[in-house]
Amino acid sequence: MLRWIGPVAAGFAFLLAWHLVVALNEIPHYILPSPLLVFRTLLDDWPLLWRSLLVTIQVTGIALLLAVLLGTAISFLFVQSRAIEASLFPYAVVLQVTPIVAIAPLIIIWVREPLAALVICATLAAIFPVIANTTVGLRSVDPGLLDLFRLYGASRWQTLLRLRIPSAAPYFFVGLRISAALALIGAVVAEFVAGTGGTRSGLAYQILMAGLQLNIPRLFAALLLITATGIALFLLVSALSWLALRRWHESELAREN
Amino acid sequence: MNSVSTAVEIRGADKVYANGVRALQPIDLAVQRGEVVTLVGPSGCGKSTLLRLIAGLMQPDNGSVSIAKDFAQRSAFVFQHPTLLPWASVAANVRLPLDLAREKRETAAAGKVAHALDLVGLSAFQGAFPRELSGGMQMRASIARALITEPALLLMDEPFGALDEITRNRLDRDVAALAAREGLTVIFVTHSIYEAAFLSSRVMVMTARPGSISAEIAIDAPQPRTNAFRTTDTYVRACARLSDALAAASGEALA
Repeated sequence: MLRWIGPVAAGFAFLLAWHLVVALNEIPHYILPSPLLVFRTLLDDWPLLWRSLLVTIQVTGIALLLAVLLGTAISFLFVQSRAIEASLFPYAVVLQVTPIVAIAPLIIIWVREPLAALVICATLAAIFPVIANTTVGLRSVDPGLLDLFRLYGASRWQTLLRLRIPSAAPYFFVGLRISAALALIGAVVAEFVAGTGGTRSGLAYQILMAGLQLNIPRLFAALLLITATGIALFLLVSALSWLALRRWHESELAREN
Repeated sequence: MNSVSTAVEIRGADKVYANGVRALQPIDLAVQRGEVVTLVGPSGCGKSTLLRLIAGLMQPDNGSVSIAKDFAQRSAFVFQHPTLLPWASVAANVRLPLDLAREKRETAAAGKVAHALDLVGLSAFQGAFPRELSGGMQMRASIARALITEPALLLMDEPFGALDEITRNRLDRDVAALAAREGLTVIFVTHSIYEAAFLSSRVMVMTARPGSISAEIAIDAPQPRTNAFRTTDTYVRACARLSDALAAASGEALA
């Protein structure tokens, strides 16, 4: 119970303090809107914000899916031979350490379709944790089990399917949690850089516009939605991890004391 | 092969690891069908290496390891640790060798799994996951997995080293009974002279650095042995002889 009451009470206390600070000091809403005003704006602007939220979710979702598919495929390639990994891994690191804000303008110039450009940026931002974690996972196989598979004449394919992939699952899910957050960040950052408007604009564009128009309540409302999306994504990925690992892996086991 | 009754024959097989450490001096050893032979010795004497050579997990640098034709495809290995797939149930773990051999006949496989679990007394736990079992039960599951291919030759690498003595004694007794009932040839690695004396028809005492066989002690008592064997003169004398042989072996190594 304490796990729920504590954070909820702290949240309410924070909102109350926020509201009182704004009300007592008569802070204008274009500097800092009260939480009530933010909530009202969220309701009033819902049709606009909802459309943008869907775009952001779409970009993030597709990017995360691509990061998982391409990332795991690259990991499988890496574990096939040390030479391949040694040759290509540094470039994966280059990809990781180059800030996505810095590459985004190029990608937006090269890729005409705005949605595709955003997806590419978000995928680039999200792919590295999947590659790094899955590769380590695929390699972290109990040597005794590898011997066992050899003794029973398992093929490479059987070893991958029945031994390496399940062994890598806990590592993969750790990577997935980080990648999910990065996909959302990548999607938002790319849209800031792209600044594309129109009917297919995401939440970042709403923040950009609201900022320019000093529509701070709407800026806060959009921000709130981005945070909520991030939390929802985290919970979704955590749930997937729990479903896959709950019966056997230490990280998801309930303590029995 | 010297004779038709030989199951495993090792001639002058030795092993030097890639780092230059010599694990085994050239070894000669013949194991007869139906024998239970134990390799006993201190840590680092190469007994596990010798077993891995027999299993084909390693190749000797010189010499040869030959397995009787009808045994070659019918050997099973029990590791030091249970070595179970943590994400699979006991039944799925026991089934693994059949799955890897692409056994498609579902009912036949299910029957074999049930039989193997029955042999080790784990029938009630087929749906459990390895982490839900005690160390002894995990080891039983590991033995059941070895038995499912109906092996003729069972290679066991210090399988009960991590277990408490009570559990170990019970499992030793069960292995003796299983080997006799199924007519298995067993090569068993251990560092416990009590385990060696209880199980074996023949014990090979090994010395460390570099590993070699320093003594061979036959223990003449009918198989399968039961707990009553632990109080017989034969058993006590065998323990004493093994203890002396091991002391002599380690004395030589230190000198």
